[in-house]
Amino acid sequence: MKDRKQLSVSAIKDGTVIDHIPVKSLFKVIAILGLDHIENMMTFGTNLESKKLGLKGIMKLSEVFFKEEDLNRIALVAPDAKVNIIRDYEVVEKRLVEIPEKVEGIVKCVNPVCITNNEDIRTKFELVSRNPVGLKCHYCEKITDANNMVIISSS
Amino acid sequence: MIGKSLVSINDYTKDEYLKILDLAAKYEKQPKQTILQGYVVATLFYEPSTRTRLSFESAVNQLGGKIIGFSDTGTTSVTKGETLRDTIKIVSNYSDLIVIRHPLEGSARFASEVASVPVVNAGDGANQHPTQTLLDMYSIRKTQGTLDGLNIFMVGDLKYGRTVHSLLMAMSQFKTTFHFISPEELKMPDKYKQHLNDLGLKYHEHKDFTDIISEADILYMTRVQKERFSDPIEYEKVKNVYILKNHMLENTKDSLKVLHPFPRVNEITEDVDENTKAYYFTQALNGVYTRQAIVTSILDLN
Ligand SMILES: [Zn+2]
Repeated sequence: MKDRKQLSVSAIKDGTVIDHIPVKSLFKVIAILGLDHIENMMTFGTNLESKKLGLKGIMKLSEVFFKEEDLNRIALVAPDAKVNIIRDYEVVEKRLVEIPEKVEGIVKCVNPVCITNNEDIRTKFELVSRNPVGLKCHYCEKITDANNMVIISSS
Repeated sequence: MIGKSLVSINDYTKDEYLKILDLAAKYEKQPKQTILQGYVVATLFYEPSTRTRLSFESAVNQLGGKIIGFSDTGTTSVTKGETLRDTIKIVSNYSDLIVIRHPLEGSARFASEVASVPVVNAGDGANQHPTQTLLDMYSIRKTQGTLDGLNIFMVGDLKYGRTVHSLLMAMSQFKTTFHFISPEELKMPDKYKQHLNDLGLKYHEHKDFTDIISEADILYMTRVQKERFSDPIEYEKVKNVYILKNHMLENTKDSLKVLHPFPRVNEITEDVDENTKAYYFTQALNGVYTRQAIVTSILDLN
């Protein structure tokens, strides 16, 4: 089985594997999922060869499981990510990620004179276009797109 | 609209606009009433805008309401670093409705989420100024007898002018034909043109401000500001092109009205003021009735 072969590099017993992450988004995914704040065993790989992306990143997270809505948030920076849920060394579920209609508290508004960049306010956006990504700020109504998307790291 | 904040022109439906305009007509007939007696309206002006503030305060005072607030953040706790959140929460306890003007975009939306009373946006940076749009619509309907099927010419800075953008969004619900007259650098942004395309509405773009205005029902003038140009030579070239002079109105419709959101600098020469087609001073007065209608509708007093 293909998944077996791939996972044998550093197989995890139970947990989540996220594959096909664009190299430039690896650290953004870490920030979005708040992985820098948990103490589980995790393996991150980057600049691995990929037919689809050229180079890709991958992460294997032992004993870590996510709610679907939390995982979907990474679609902002890794729209082609493939998620495998592992139980007892077997892939028990495969998921793709999808950008949610409402994006809260992950992305910084591109508008420097937006109230959210001047006062401590959780950002809120409405998804107005999927490909390329366009997010409309709930407050200033300006569009933040993929080119100027800055991820607010969770803390 | 009862109890509902007015932050963006898109917050209200077409029916709600029309209700406000009908009510404004009533207040025009009888602007002095006691309907707001016992009510306190806070006007929080984080940047000076004397005309807008006086218009709101006159609207409220004439209906017997009381005003609290500030018009200059230099003398308040705001300068000591109090957050907008805290100010709004505190002022909510002192008032029945908050009118806010703030230089940061989205500030009024945020205020409306923090406040326990309704909030009316009196301008949040370059974003929204919905009461201006409603008073523009009131002026258009009053002078043309309808909002449907009009030729509206917008002149000047169509790129940064938030009043023309909001007016376009609102009037796009009324089978309007738009004409945009502006220098190349200040053209109407594509997203608004796309909006009109999506609705199947016609628009025409012109660079020259000439006798094409003979078909106009409404001529909406705006100011072309020097600081909007990346190249000062470009500004020098166009600065006198988008100025309305009295003789230019000779071959226009008898029913044409000239509107301007004010303040005016030089984009309408003073000889136009005496022309019966000049409507901008009355337009400003209409702001009082429109704001009376907005405040009393939100407070459910009609
Ligand atoms: Zn914003």
